This record gives sequence, structure tokens and C-alpha cells, in this order.
Amino acid sequence: MSKDIRIKKGLNINLVGAAEHTTSKAALSNVYAINLLDFYGVTPKLLVKEGGEVKAGEPLFYNKDNEEMLFVSPVSGELVEVIRGARRKVLMLKILADKDQKYLTHKALDPDKANAEEITAFLLQSGCWPFIKRRPYDLVANPKVAPKAIFISAYATAPLAADMDYVLQGKEQELQTALSALAKLTPGEIHVSVGKGSDSPFADLKGITLHRVSGPHPAGLVGTQINKIDPINKGEQVWTLSPQDLIIIGECLRTGKFNAERIVALAGSSIKEPKYYSTRIGAEIATFLYASGVNDKNFRVINGDVLTGSKTTPNGFLGFYNNTVTAIPEGDDYELFGWSKPVFDKISTTRALTFSWMLPRKTYDLNTNTNGEHRAFVVTGQYEEVFPLDIYPMQLLKACMVKDLDEMEQLGLYEVIPEDFSLTEFVCTSKQPHQQIIRDGLDLLYKEIG
Amino acid sequence: MSDKRLTLKKRLHILKHRYRGKKMAPAFNAFHTFLYSPNETTHSGAHVRAADDLKRTMNTVIMALIPVLLFSFFNTGYQHYAAIDAASGAPRELMLWENFLTWENFWLGLIKVLPLVIISYGVGLLVEFIFAVIKGHEVEEGYLVTGMLVPLIVPVDTPLWMLAVSVVFGVVIGKEVFGGTGMNILNPALTIRAFLFFAYPTWMSGDKVWVHGAVERAGTADAISGETILGYLAQNNTSEFTYSVSDMFFGFIPGSVGETSAFLILLGGLFLVFSKIASWRIMLSAVIGSLVMGLIFNGVVDAGWISETSTFYGLMSFDFWKHLIVGGLAFGIVYMATDPVTGSQTNRGKWIYGFLIGFISVMIRVFNPAYPEGVFLAILLMNVFAPTIDHYVIRGNVKRRMKRLKKAVIPAAVQEKEEDLKVETV
Repeated sequence: MSKDIRIKKGLNINLVGAAEHTTSKAALSNVYAINLLDFYGVTPKLLVKEGGEVKAGEPLFYNKDNEEMLFVSPVSGELVEVIRGARRKVLMLKILADKDQKYLTHKALDPDKANAEEITAFLLQSGCWPFIKRRPYDLVANPKVAPKAIFISAYATAPLAADMDYVLQGKEQELQTALSALAKLTPGEIHVSVGKGSDSPFADLKGITLHRVSGPHPAGLVGTQINKIDPINKGEQVWTLSPQDLIIIGECLRTGKFNAERIVALAGSSIKEPKYYSTRIGAEIATFLYASGVNDKNFRVINGDVLTGSKTTPNGFLGFYNNTVTAIPEGDDYELFGWSKPVFDKISTTRALTFSWMLPRKTYDLNTNTNGEHRAFVVTGQYEEVFPLDIYPMQLLKACMVKDLDEMEQLGLYEVIPEDFSLTEFVCTSKQPHQQIIRDGLDLLYKEIG
Repeated sequence: MSDKRLTLKKRLHILKHRYRGKKMAPAFNAFHTFLYSPNETTHSGAHVRAADDLKRTMNTVIMALIPVLLFSFFNTGYQHYAAIDAASGAPRELMLWENFLTWENFWLGLIKVLPLVIISYGVGLLVEFIFAVIKGHEVEEGYLVTGMLVPLIVPVDTPLWMLAVSVVFGVVIGKEVFGGTGMNILNPALTIRAFLFFAYPTWMSGDKVWVHGAVERAGTADAISGETILGYLAQNNTSEFTYSVSDMFFGFIPGSVGETSAFLILLGGLFLVFSKIASWRIMLSAVIGSLVMGLIFNGVVDAGWISETSTFYGLMSFDFWKHLIVGGLAFGIVYMATDPVTGSQTNRGKWIYGFLIGFISVMIRVFNPAYPEGVFLAILLMNVFAPTIDHYVIRGNVKRRMKRLKKAVIPAAVQEKEEDLKVETV
């Protein structure tokens, strides 16, 4: 079954430095790290002490709210450091990798023969469960609640994001296994979206509803697709997964091993040779960053794409959910009459002496400058142009800012997560922190209503 | 050259750090960011941002006002000298190069209009700076446009002290008490205009104030007329005015400083629509609204429901489309109704909001014998109603969501399980 989704509102941000379709093997990282901030809302309870030995796939900690939910090590080695923040909150676990990798092996599970409880238990035990995220609230899924449906976007429209068709090629078996397992966990459907006219490995898989998506960013965001396919209502939950994580889940089900290998796009104008690297979750970014060479002295490394990623450094580590690492120049410089002169080298949705509308296909070398100061909301109608969801974006943001729970519910906060507001944040004339506002709103709603 | 620039940049950078956290920091930053866009980088959310900021947005509106301002210099002079000629019994025939675009006209306009601009900006920005320093927030750009609008919507002979008082009132009561740019309910420029109108009505209406010199010459042997087209029409006096449609369209008529040239306002409006700074929805629907009201009035006249001696006959029988090229309607629609802060904020709301502005403007214009102009009142009225319009538009979206929720089958098992979970986590 196949349905088409056509998105009209949006904006493609074409940046310099898209990753070329070649994959190199990244140098082995000495140290791997699990950043606990990746698991928003999870309170960790450590299972291994500093200095303890773990195998790849062996649990490092569990979720305090659900003791069955285990988070595992991507490599075998020694837990050398537990980095703690304020009030001894655990922020990061660093593992010194062994030369020879030893795996903790589970008994493989055939999803076609297993029932829902067995599959859930397997995913929780093997450390695959945290790949499943839930909406509303953008948290790790709750294994006790069956979702209305599962949504997977295999179409990346975010700037410089990894090309899904490329990184997924040849992985049909793993994908099918993972999808068959997930199908048992929901009474609804599994909706997979691929680019229109793309050559996606999902095209021939069974047990899914395939959607062909076209249009500008955010057509590839799963939130956009959910809104067009089957919007979330109050009280409902849906799950979302990234297709690359399906490969890890599928492989784990087939072989019993948690294999943290992942193909990552290294992109951005600060990279000399942007291309793909095969590495592992938690690997030090420097192990492949410098292999491609860097152009700038003063650049920012981003775990993820430029709209939704988190800031890190070359000595940072690949995030649990990230398949893109972007490096762009920092923009910490002044610009003479930057507010009044004609602009040819930046992107804008207006035509106020900004000329990106003349060259829609040009690629731009954007830096991290805000291009202006933070102001109250003034301009109207600008978010709606790039926001295809059936939601009033500015009104929802304002409801979150004034902490009006009723308005937040009624205007559709259950349907969105911060990344859905990344594009409105990009175009915002008032430079308001949209994603943070939405995150704070979701936290409040979760706390008050749950 | 580049070396010098570097040192200036460096020096200002050092000064910025010296001022940081001090009382005067917002004042310094206002000048600093005027010269250099800041070196601020993104620290949460999207790492790259679009090129636009509020300064650029406001600057675009100012650019759209510059032709109107320049035209007003010439027209102020021209109307003054033309009125003198007319009073002496030798009415002028307009010739663009010979007697309109002359240095004499320009000079008179300059010395009359420029002080209005300077007072408007000087006083208004002073208030803004004082508030920014007291409240410790950055100086916001809203007044850059307001400051330019104000001199363009007042009669040319408005005494400067009156303007100064009104600007203080308008900025403080119209904007700052609500929290500054982005928070105000009423358009600040129109608040200033309304204050002037109600506080000093003799300087804001009548048949003297619209041409420079008419007030001071009144009652003397050199008296000249300072009446607008709408003024003549309100007195059912259509014989005395000799302006052609092209005069009205291009703006060679008396009126507030910058409101006369529908042609240049149209160009400015097209520029604002093209640059996506102002809402085409509001502009278009306001034009439609005014045409509809004008047509209704014309229809009433055609149907013979109103006698020629009626007070309203002159304005009601005025061709409906001509309302757009006389008075302040065009200026109000293009530059004031489209203010994003005080206007409707939803796209559907903008249609309703704009339409009602046009509709009510013409209605007030016709039915207000004391002062045959209604644009500023209509816009202020709709400013007040804009949040209500938006409320009902947004309710539509909410209703759709509620309807969907009612149809949705939320499995009872899910709810139960969730309750279990909550109990566990407590």
C-alpha cells in the first residue's frame, strides 16, 4: 500500500559541504562515550562501577522509572570515567575500548514466531529499546503502552543530513526483521515514508504502509508526516524510530549481538572532504573528523544536523541517535552595517534586500552568527510559510511561554516535538529560541498532565 | 582603510565589554549594533539562522517611505505657492518640471517637514532610550518606523511642541506601558495622531491647516485656502475644487504631509509586498473593503434614497474608487494597517481585519461631518478588535482538533496501563 504526501510549505536550506557518496572506515576510537543527555527524561541508575569491565552490549545503567529498560555499552572495555554534573547527576560514561571486542550474546529471536511480550523483553534486555522514541513529549518509549502507530521517516530533508537511501542500502534483511518485530507491538500500522522517486530499500518490505513524500524541508521530519498521515490526539501515543537504528535492532534480533556500528555523514563547509564514515555509537568524533581535513580554524562541530543537532567539539563523541556530524564556521565576528546592506551570501525567506530568492539552488556557506539580536515576536505570517503542520506556530509558542496549559493542549502541543520548530526558529526575525520554548512547554505539560 | 575599520571594530568591542552589565549598556549597544551587526552566535536550537533581523525589517519599511517623504517636500512647497497664486486670482496650472519639482518648492518643504521628522525621531528615540536604560532591555527597533510615519500623517503646520508632547504620550502610553515593541495593542504612530487630533483639534482639522501658511494668513488680505478635497466634499462644495483624477492619484493635492501621493504609496506598497515585509492580505482586503463601502454609498445615491441637500451627499456621491486616491486611506492601508504587532496575526484573520479597516474607513469618512477622514480611527478600532478576530480564527483550528479527538478511539487498555505506570513511579 502506498500513499503520497506532498508538502508545499517549507524551505530547503542548501549548504556547502554535502557528504559525498563514499564510505570510509573510521579509525578505531580509543575511548567511547555514552552521553546521558541524549536520553531526555531518563534518570539513570548505574550498573557498573568506575573501573569495571563491560562487554559490547552489556548494560551500563537502567532507567530508574523502569528497571527493565537497559542501556548498553557500544564496545567492550573498561568504564574509565563517570562524568557528573550538578547534584551528582551522571552526564557521561567513558569506556576505554579493548583491542579485541567481546560481545554479550543473547539468544536470537525470530519475530515471526515470538509474541509481543517476548519481543518487548528482548528489546529491553538487549539495549535496543531506547532507539524507540515516543510522542507526545519526545521521550524514550514506554514499554507498557502500546502505541497507536509507529512512524519511520526514511527521507532526510534537513540540511546536509545523511542520505537515507545511501546508508540503508543492502540492509533489507535487518530492516525487515526489525519491522516484523515492531509490528507485533502496535495494534496499528507501521508508516514508513520515503522520498518520492527514491530507490529506498523499504520499497519492497512487508508489513508496512509506505508513503512517498515530496516537497521541501520539513517534509522529511517524522512530525510533519505524522501530522499529514494520522495526527496525534490527546491521550494517544505513537512511536518513532530512525531507520538506521532499525538496522541495529534487526541485527540484534537475528544474531543476538548489539552491534553499535553505524554509517555517519560527515558534512559541512568546514570539512575538506565531506563523506560517509563507518563507525560506532559513542566514537570520538576526532577519529574521523580530521581524516577528512578541516578548512577553518574556528569552527563548530555539531552532533546532528545544523537545525536540530547539539553543539560538541572534535573531542566529543557521536550521539546515540545521530547519523550526521556537521562542522560549520563559527560566526563570532561583527559585520559593518550587517542589518542594512544587501545580502547575497545568506539565506532568507524575505526579499528585504536579501537575494537568496533569486538563486534557489545555490549552496550557502552559513556560519553560526545569529544575524541579529533577540527581540519580542513582531513579524507575523513568516512561520506559517515554512510550517506545514495544521497548527498555529506562533500562537502555540506564545502559549508555551505564558505556560497556559489549556491553550498548549488545544493548539496541538501533543503533536509536536522541538525539532518540528527548527525551521521556524531558523527563519525567525526576532531570533526567539523556538525549540527551547517547545521543550519547556512539553516538560511543563508532562509534569502537570503526563 | 581596512586597518582603520579593524581598529574601530576592536575598539567598540572593548567598549562593549566595558559597558556590559552597566546601566548605559542598552544605549551603547543601540549605537554599536547600528554600526555593526553583533558577533552573537547561536547557543540553543538551530545553529544557523536566516539573514533577517528586526532592524532589516524596519529598515525595509523606511525605504518604502523615502519616496513619499521626498515627494512631500515638493508638494508642501507647491501647495503653498499654488494657494497664493489661486488667492491672487491666477490659479496655477501644474507643470511637473516647471513649477512642481523646483528648488523653491523643495526648500520650503524641507524647512517645514524636516523639523517634524527631527522632532519625531529625537523625542521618540529619547523616550525609547530612557525606557531601555531604566528597564535594562535593548533599544528596540519599532520606533524607527513610527518615527518616520508620524511626520507624514500630520498637517504640515503642526507646531513642533505639540508634536513633541504627542510623541511622548504616544510612545509611553501607546507602547512602553505594554512592554515595548511587540507588546503594544495600538499602533503607536496612530496613537500619536489620535492624541494630536483630540488634544488640539483646531490644528488638526478645518480648512486652514492642510497648506503651509494658511493658518497664519487667515483673516488677512493674503488669506489662502488650506482645504482638502474631502473637506470640500463634506461641505457639498464640489464647484471649488479643480483637481483632476491624475492630480489625486499622483498627489498634487493638499493633505497631511505624506498622504497625498497614492502613486508613490502604491509603489511603496508593492515593494513591501514583494519583499514580504508587509501583508498583501491586509492591503488587498482593505482595498476591497473600502471599494465595497464606497459602492454601497454610490448605490444609495443612485437609488435616490438621499437628497442632494443632505449633509452626506457630497461624500456619498463621490465615485467609490476615488476614495482610495484622496485623503489618508492609501497611506493608512499600506503603512499602518499592515503593522504586524497591532494587526491580525493569522492569515485568515488578516483578510477580515483588512476588509473591515477599508470598510469602516470610508464609513467614518462619509458620516463624520466635523472631520471628513476616518482612516486612523478605523485602524485604531480594528487594532482593538484584531485579537478577537484572531481568537475566533484560532478556535476554528482548535475545534477541528477537538472533533478529531472525539472520533479517535483511545484504547481503554492503554489508559489503564498508563495509570499502572504512574502508580509505580510515584
